[in-house]
Amino acid sequence: MFAGTTALADWVIVLPVVLGLLGAALALMLRRAGAGIALVGVVAIIVCDVLLVQRVLDGGPLSMTMGRWLPPFGISFAVDMFGAGFALAAALVTLVVLVYSLGERAEDGFYPLVLLLLAGVSGAFLTGDLFNLYVWFEVMLIASFGLIVLGGRPLQLDGAVKYGFINFLATSFFLAALGLLYGLVGTLNMADIIGRAPSANPAAIAGVAALMVLAFGIKAAVFPLNAWLPASYHTPPAAVSALMAGLLTKVGAYAMLRVLVMLLPAAREQLDWVLAALAIATLVIGPLGAIAETNLRRAIGFLVIGGIGAIMAGIAMPSLHGVGGAGLYIVHAMLTLTALYLVAGLVEKLTGQIDTRKMGGLYAAHAPVSILFFILVLAVAGVPPFLGFWPKLLLLEGGLGDADLRGAGEAGVDWLSLTIVFALLVNAVLTLIAGTRLWAHIFWREGQEGQHSEYRSELLNVLPVRERWFGFGAVVVLVAVIVLAGLWPDWLFQAALSGAGDIVEPAGYIAAVGLAGGGP
Amino acid sequence: MNFVLAGLVGVFIAVAIYFLLSRSLIRMLLGMVVLGNGINLLIFTAGRISNDPPPIVPGGLEQPVGAIANPLPQALILTAIVIGFAMFSFLLVLAFRAYQAMDADNTDSMRLAEPEDAPRPPLSY
Repeated sequence: MFAGTTALADWVIVLPVVLGLLGAALALMLRRAGAGIALVGVVAIIVCDVLLVQRVLDGGPLSMTMGRWLPPFGISFAVDMFGAGFALAAALVTLVVLVYSLGERAEDGFYPLVLLLLAGVSGAFLTGDLFNLYVWFEVMLIASFGLIVLGGRPLQLDGAVKYGFINFLATSFFLAALGLLYGLVGTLNMADIIGRAPSANPAAIAGVAALMVLAFGIKAAVFPLNAWLPASYHTPPAAVSALMAGLLTKVGAYAMLRVLVMLLPAAREQLDWVLAALAIATLVIGPLGAIAETNLRRAIGFLVIGGIGAIMAGIAMPSLHGVGGAGLYIVHAMLTLTALYLVAGLVEKLTGQIDTRKMGGLYAAHAPVSILFFILVLAVAGVPPFLGFWPKLLLLEGGLGDADLRGAGEAGVDWLSLTIVFALLVNAVLTLIAGTRLWAHIFWREGQEGQHSEYRSELLNVLPVRERWFGFGAVVVLVAVIVLAGLWPDWLFQAALSGAGDIVEPAGYIAAVGLAGGGP
Repeated sequence: MNFVLAGLVGVFIAVAIYFLLSRSLIRMLLGMVVLGNGINLLIFTAGRISNDPPPIVPGGLEQPVGAIANPLPQALILTAIVIGFAMFSFLLVLAFRAYQAMDADNTDSMRLAEPEDAPRPPLSY
């Protein structure tokens, strides 16, 4: 039942979480050194995540069980390519946001909360236990509550009320779903659930899966459940909304991917139509909202929702390519949308406005920011050769492969997959329209709405030196990473497909947890 | 016994949903508390209620002898209670601060983040 000690090298699986929690406690106690502790902590977490990715690439999934109470009894951390890759992307994004925030005066408690958020996110990506996933969701949630109200302006409180209630409700639904699942299969270990779910009552499992879709759908802001995101993400300072947009909705989408595609594939098949409808609606409605919106960061919030649609498309078409595309899209969305929010923060500082109707002429005043914004718009829309193109390519391959256009399969052409593919293309066009319109309004036209002067706006600010170095510099580095990753996508494809292989065919994952023989 | 508990869970969750559909933040908070308790009861029931002795391992052995009661739901519920309490207290303070800042307990009148007279979409370009 329990045996030996954990090999020293395996500690690296749990270190990203431990370092995050430890750093948060230290940063809270040594308040003045908060920034330094946070930077060192996040860099250390990145090192651990890189080691993890390397080990998973070399030898497949890894696991570690607390106190060597071997699964399914102890709480396991289990890492496959998706978990390790997302944890690495999350830590990188956090580092960029930390450097960005060095340019401005940080509120008390900012650094501990950022580390706590990263610990929660890493835990959610690395855990191999469903109840533990719930705990990390709550850690993440309480840290994001703190971050969103930090500063305490009435606007933030208003956003936090909506964000707080609906997200607490979502985790409560998740708790109910995992309680029911425990009642049905008698275990909460993910690898064990894979083995036991097929022998449980399929109708009951499908009900649990539907409740999970509701819970993770709220967290990920899937279309009919998305109203809270544009109501809250634009209220805190830009650095905080960048961090939240980059990390939180993606964790919800990742959890849905993990639970539906890997743990309960039979139930996912029963919900096929529901998931396809959610994906299509989210893909189309997200960018339409962005087109209609005049508040800059709210508009970007709608682009976040559109991106969630692409991940949902992968969940609705769980072939190797579809799941690989969804995984790669999660990494892409983490990097790109964080960068877009950070650039939006710079734009707001330069113009002193939050409404695109009152912006204009920024190209003449600050061309580098406008170039960054334009690159990011192309990356979000998925224009080749930028990063956003490759996951969509994988998704399209997956969809067209499923659709079987030659009609060679027994079922003929799969119209559902074909519709999702069509929605993906519509999404790309609409996102491009929304993004370029934002760009034209903020940077290209001469002055604000209704003003046709040939002279550039007098209202523009100049960035202080610190903000130019830390704020602007951090975004330049992140955009450079996005561009380079888009130009050399081979290794990303490899990693995404090997990760998708572990999700679709979880034998390696189950063996790594130590339940290959079907459990004791 | 299980049927009674299952029915009770249903009542708890129905009451919670009724409260959560209200526009008043305080009623929504009460709804969250009732929902949390309903879900805890659900986990308790899902873990099977039995008459067996507690899972205590006799001295010198590595496993308990005979049938034992399932100890896991209690651990899960304990965790959920602690987390739920923390969330509830945060939301309570948040609701109070929101009431102070916006002079509103009614969610319909909390429109700072999403102004009521939202501008029409820009028509240029």
